[in-house]
This record gives sequence, C-alpha cells and structure tokens, in this order.
Amino acid sequence: MTAWPLLLDTLPQVQRERLFTLAGERDFPAGGTLFDEGGVADRFWLIRSGEVALDVYVPGRRAQVVETLGPRQQLGWSWIFPPYRWHLGARALCPVRTWEFPAAEVRELCTADTELGYELMLRCAALIADRLQATRLRLLDLYAPHGSVPS
Amino acid sequence: MTTVPVPYRVTAASAETADCVSLEVTPVGQALPGFTPGRFAMVYAFGVGEVPISVSAIGGGHRLVHTVRAIGAVTGALCRLRAGDAVGLRGPYGVGWDLDAAAGSDVLVVAGGIGLAPLRPVVRHVLGHPGHYGRLRVLIGTRAPEDLLYREELAHWRRAAAQVEVTVDRPGPGWRGSVGLVTTLLDRVDTRPDRTTALVCGPEVMIRHTARALLARGLPAHRIQVSLERNMRCGTGHCGHCQLGPLLLCRDGPVVGYHRTRSLLAVREL
Ligand SMILES: Cc1cc2nc3c(=O)[nH]c(=O)nc-3n(C[C@H](O)[C@H](O)[C@H](O)COP(=O)(O)OP(=O)(O)OC[C@H]3O[C@@H](n4cnc5c(N)ncnc54)[C@H](O)[C@@H]3O)c2cc1C
Ligand code: FES
Repeated sequence: MTAWPLLLDTLPQVQRERLFTLAGERDFPAGGTLFDEGGVADRFWLIRSGEVALDVYVPGRRAQVVETLGPRQQLGWSWIFPPYRWHLGARALCPVRTWEFPAAEVRELCTADTELGYELMLRCAALIADRLQATRLRLLDLYAPHGSVPS
Repeated sequence: MTTVPVPYRVTAASAETADCVSLEVTPVGQALPGFTPGRFAMVYAFGVGEVPISVSAIGGGHRLVHTVRAIGAVTGALCRLRAGDAVGLRGPYGVGWDLDAAAGSDVLVVAGGIGLAPLRPVVRHVLGHPGHYGRLRVLIGTRAPEDLLYREELAHWRRAAAQVEVTVDRPGPGWRGSVGLVTTLLDRVDTRPDRTTALVCGPEVMIRHTARALLARGLPAHRIQVSLERNMRCGTGHCGHCQLGPLLLCRDGPVVGYHRTRSLLAVREL
C-alpha cells in the first residue's frame, strides 16, 4: 500500500500521529468475524489490505452482503454516536490487515483536543455522506434493463 | 463514411450474458474504414430498425465486433442474429476516445454495465502499446456477477498487468468479490491525479457520480473523458435528435471531455 487510508489522508501530521498512538495492528483470518449486528461498537478499523463484507441478518436466509470495504477504507462509524451499537455485521472475505482504534479512547481524545476532534468528525461525516449517496444511487438499480430510471 | 447501410455478414454471435450478445461482423463487399475505439455505427436489423452501437472490438480484415444488450425491438432483433445472418452498417460516426491525450499518463477506465463495451478496445489498445502509457486500471461496476461482460478477457487483462477491479450491486450466494458502487473502487486505487487520464462510460447517473468523485480526488475535468448517449436517428449531425445543449452527440461525441459537458449534464431535460 502506498497511500494513507482516506480518513487520514488530509489530516495534519501532528493530529495523525496523536491519533495513531492509540492504534494497534490487528489481522483477521479469512471468514473471521469483526463484529455482529447489534454488538457493542467499541472500536473501528482502517483497512490496510484485504476485503471485509458488511452484512444484514435476514431470518431464514443466509446473511445478505450489502457492501464490501477494502484497502484504504474506514470500517465502522457506529462508535461515534450513542448507543454505540453496530448496525450491520462484518466478516473478512480473505485475510485482512487493519489498524484498530479503540472507540472510547478516540472519543476522549476528540473531547480533549477539540481541533483534532473537529477535523476527525468532518472526515467521518464526509465518509458517511459518501456512503449515503452511493446507497441512494444503488436504489436506482442503474444497470437494470432500460437504464433503470423509469420514464 | 456512408449514409446508406452497407451489408455486413455476422460471422460469429456469442452470448456474453443472458441479455448481451457480441456480434462479429465482416463486410460482404465494400468495408467501412475508420473505426477507432469509442466511435459507433448505426446498425440496421433488416425489417426492424436501426440503432447506434459502439465498436467493442476492431479486428483485422475489416472485422468489427458490436456487443449489444437487448432492451427493445431493434437491440432484441440484433441479439437474435446468428452466424451467417445479414446486417446493415452505416458509419463510423462520432468522436472516439482521445488516446493521444492519454499517452504518457496512467489510464483509468471506469465502466458501468454495457459501458464496458466501448471501453474494451481502449484496454486492448493500451495493453498492445506497452511503454506508451503508464499504469492501466480498469474499474467495473455491474448489477450482478452473471451480468459481467468479457469474463475470460478480464483474466487476460489481469495477467497482462492491468489492475482490474469488479464490483456488483447484487451479489449472489457464491460471489466473493466487491459489493457496492463502482466509485468505491476509486478509493482502492492509488491514483496520481496529475498523471492520470480517466475514461468513463455507463448509465449517465453513474457517469456524473464518477466524474464528481474523480474531481474530488484532484483529477482536472479536461483529463476526464465521458461517453454519452442520446437518442440518435441520422448519426450525421442533421436531425438534431442527439442534441445536448450546443453539442450534437453523434458528431461532437459520444466521447466528450467532462470540462465541456459538466454544466450541461447538470441541466434537467437537456
Ligand atoms: C453512441 C451510442 C453508442 C451505443 N452503444 C451501444 C452498445 O455498444 N451496445 C448496446 O447494447 N447499446 C448501445 N447503445 C444504446 C442503444 O443504441 C439503445 O439501446 C438502442 O437504441 C435501443 O433501441 P431498441 O429499439 O432496442 O429499444 P427501444 O424500443 O428504442 O427502447 C426500449 C426502452 O429502452 C429505453 N432506451 C432506449 N435507448 C436507451 C439508452 N441508450 N439508454 C437507456 N435506455 C434506453 C427506451 O426509452 C425504452 O424504454 C448506444 C447508444 C449510443 C447513442
Ligand atoms: S442523430 Fe441526427 S443530429 Fe445526431
């Protein structure tokens, strides 16, 4: 990997280093569970390599994969807002390497260093907005016959 | 270029997916010269009608390949053709991909659905000219794994050192790859904005979203080429059917620099 994870891409170096003092390297084997829907969202990850599937449990069926995340992408934002519970499940599709961040410590750091907190939250908000926009476009079913958009 | 359909013979018809067929056609007599990646022909299904279809391969002996998705009367009739059947072709029309502008830079191909068809000749061209271009990335978004075009060829592109990433909207039970919008794949490639030329084709909503995502990553609008579709009738710049603001897409497109279309694509009903 040659570039920073997107979340940290434009974060001033001092702030990036402060944040990174809290991070640990964490690897997951293929098929490993990172979290389950409804579980406590007490951490988040920046993916260094590999691919993680986000899924929704549908009774009577296999878990439905709704999105995958890969290198440079941030995994998890439920740790930002109470009640700090995961909305989806996450599983490693192949061996996954990450930087893992403990949520409570990151929130504390954001409260203590409000400048860093603001910069980090701006980036998290941009990421959430981006995923929302992507989800909306997928609702259009763009590649369906007739280019999808009903006339 | 001719305004009367010239007879071609289907020399091979291969099903790519449940609703897409690649038709290899060769001239019965006089050939239509001058096809380049991104240009298109008006393809006539005898007795049914005529539609614009891009070239998805340009072979020797004046062979052309058109990959057609059956969505209506004419494309449906084209997809039912078999080897030995006749079609009429007019063209070539329009402006293709500006590959000279991409020389020396990384090439980033972003395709959605059938939008991969007009981009396939670009990938073949770039792979056929090593040293002429920088790194080649091909990002493909499609509806479901079974809708993916040119599966075997993608493997060949990978072996030839292109980075090829595929994402689907609706994964089936056996799918182990990426799920999500094609723009999420942009995060995974290490783009050098000052040294990259992006070529984008797919549904227009996908094109707009991709172009915006590329701008946000620092690519200048003039280094983003997009291929646009409008209803076409004459193909020769006379009837006005394909108008997009001041542009006639059969003549000034279908491939246009995003710096020229950015504001036009934001206007409703254009
Ligand atoms: C420059 C250019 C290059 C093209 N290249 C290819 C190609 O390589 N392969 C390919 O399969 N198609 C291509 N197309 C699209 C193709 O021309 C249309 O699918 C075709 O004209 C539809 O004709 P039809 O008679 O089969 O369907 P119609 O009966 O005309 O249409 C059926 C339905 O599809 C809708 N529709 C028609 N055209 C489009 C469109 N372009 N996008 C979304 N919805 C549409 C109509 O509104 C209608 O609801 C290209 C179009 C252009 C302008
Ligand atoms: S199709 Fe007639 S002007 Fe373009």
